[in-house]
Amino acid sequence: MAIQTPTVPLDAGTAATPSRPVREFWHYFRESKGAVLGLGIIVLLVLTAIFADVIAPHDPIEQYRDAFLRPPVWDEGGSGRFLLGTDPAGRDILSRLIHGTRLSFFIGLITVAISVTLGVLLGLSAGFFRGVTDIVIMRLMDIMLALPSLLLAIVIVAILGPGLVNAMIAIAITYLPHYVRLMRASVLTETSKEYVTASRVSGAGLLRLMFVVVLPNCLAPLIVQGTLGFSSAILDAAALGFLGLGAQPPTPEWGSMLASALEFLQRAWWVVTFPGLAILITVLAFNLMGDGLRDALDPKLKR
Amino acid sequence: MLRFLVTRVALIIPTFIGVTLLAFAMIRLVPGDPIQLLAGERGISAERHEQLKIQYGLDKPLMVQYAIYIGNVLQGDLGRSISTREPVLREFVALFPATIELSFCAMLFAILLGLPAGIVAALNRGKAPDHVVMGASLTGFSMPIFWWGLLLILFFSVYLRWTPVSGRIAIQYFFDSVTGFMLIDSLLSGQEGAFKSALRHLILPSIVLGTIPLAVIARMTRSSMLEVLSEDYIRTARAKGLPPWRIISLHALRNALIPVITVIGLQVGALLAGAILTETIFSWPGVGKWLVESIRRRDYPILQGGVLLVATVIILVNLTVDLLYGLINPRIRHAR
Repeated sequence: MAIQTPTVPLDAGTAATPSRPVREFWHYFRESKGAVLGLGIIVLLVLTAIFADVIAPHDPIEQYRDAFLRPPVWDEGGSGRFLLGTDPAGRDILSRLIHGTRLSFFIGLITVAISVTLGVLLGLSAGFFRGVTDIVIMRLMDIMLALPSLLLAIVIVAILGPGLVNAMIAIAITYLPHYVRLMRASVLTETSKEYVTASRVSGAGLLRLMFVVVLPNCLAPLIVQGTLGFSSAILDAAALGFLGLGAQPPTPEWGSMLASALEFLQRAWWVVTFPGLAILITVLAFNLMGDGLRDALDPKLKR
Repeated sequence: MLRFLVTRVALIIPTFIGVTLLAFAMIRLVPGDPIQLLAGERGISAERHEQLKIQYGLDKPLMVQYAIYIGNVLQGDLGRSISTREPVLREFVALFPATIELSFCAMLFAILLGLPAGIVAALNRGKAPDHVVMGASLTGFSMPIFWWGLLLILFFSVYLRWTPVSGRIAIQYFFDSVTGFMLIDSLLSGQEGAFKSALRHLILPSIVLGTIPLAVIARMTRSSMLEVLSEDYIRTARAKGLPPWRIISLHALRNALIPVITVIGLQVGALLAGAILTETIFSWPGVGKWLVESIRRRDYPILQGGVLLVATVIILVNLTVDLLYGLINPRIRHAR
């Protein structure tokens, strides 16, 4: 969960033997049933996202004028043609959900990539240069943390204008402080260790110290934070979509699917139920895996 | 203690300045200049545009504009809404009690359920109750609350017809707002059934808004209890033959609560963010819904002022939690 941030990175010594850490990691990761379950679901979802065009029975934005608000197949009036029913515009919900998976993973991937890249750069700079650079960067992050993430994202979207790309930028900026803080803390711990001093004495330049010597040893907590960040990104993108500030119709995004179903809440339960379930399952899978990753990568917890 | 207090208060000043900078920059970063925004869809002549620009001080250098802005903010002048022409601060003050009432009830729900759940899980570590609580808490933490709210409405309001779908009170009750808190006002009004109606309107929104804090509190209570239960003094208490409830409630819980209280304080920001979604779903006339509507109406003064006010509230709450924490836990105030 996001409130606990992993602090202790992998021991530098294990990096010398490349094959063992992986096996050791898998050994600890496998112990947590939840994490394996989460990983399983994620693999399934990734496959769904990749093969969305093949799996989906219909086009996600094709409107069937003869089938508005059809209930799912097991319900009265449902048919095998639309397994999970259709939405108010006559689009197949299952196909929209399948394509929505692709969109959600895309959103998660891009936002996490942006925040991790910027976070690593800013965190490394703050940790290495200290002084004014450090103060400016960290104060800026504190200001961003003074606003709840969703509110900050809303403000950024209000400036940039609604839309999926802008929502992704907004979410990436919103989660930046977490990565910067994590990175800076890891850098401060690592730079006080002897191996860093050793490479500094043997003449390693600043860039080499930053990216080749220190960065690889700060990766473990970043990986955990990134996994959990994936779920937050998907959740926030859906929330923005729901508020009408993220993906715009007819894009098959889970949050905006919910928003457009709102007025049919009393008549058609299926329009509302399935997109939310998709969000919940995806976010839950990432949180399960994130917890397992933390246990497996954090030597402090190893028994 | 005084030094702790002064440094803590001094630390919020740069944060506050930063937030004002953000709010100030925001209205200048939106597409179109502020005058065009004020003029709305119809637009205005170039002459009038220049006139207004001078009137609003927009012809001055940015630094001067910022100084004027800060001066106004410190005097409580946050501009006027474009759509209602009301001062932003007045609108905020009128709506904020609704948000506080909702957040308070949500927190109450989260604490009343989260603490016992966390304790039960800790006492049954590795057994069925622990797995149930931890599973439920992870699900709650992963919950898209806007969907959760819709599900609850679908089940309790549409299907069972137990609770109302939206609003704060049934329309047949009408009385003056004295405190702004519906529960208190409805009691003061003396009208029969008014309090009950207000309470029924609060149930679902409170559950929805309280879900994530509930998950966080249950998890935190569990881990904190587990840590405390392995301490030596608990073993001593057990060895002395004290009854288990006494060990749990007096020896363990009191110490386990310290980190839980911090987490509760930290949830206030999350609560205000959740209020944006919850209020939108339940048409709850609070600050969250007001902010979302201001974006839809492109009412940027409201967004600017609202963001500043919400951030200020969060900064002040975090400061209070910090100070209280220093008060109960001497280790903190001497450490820094």
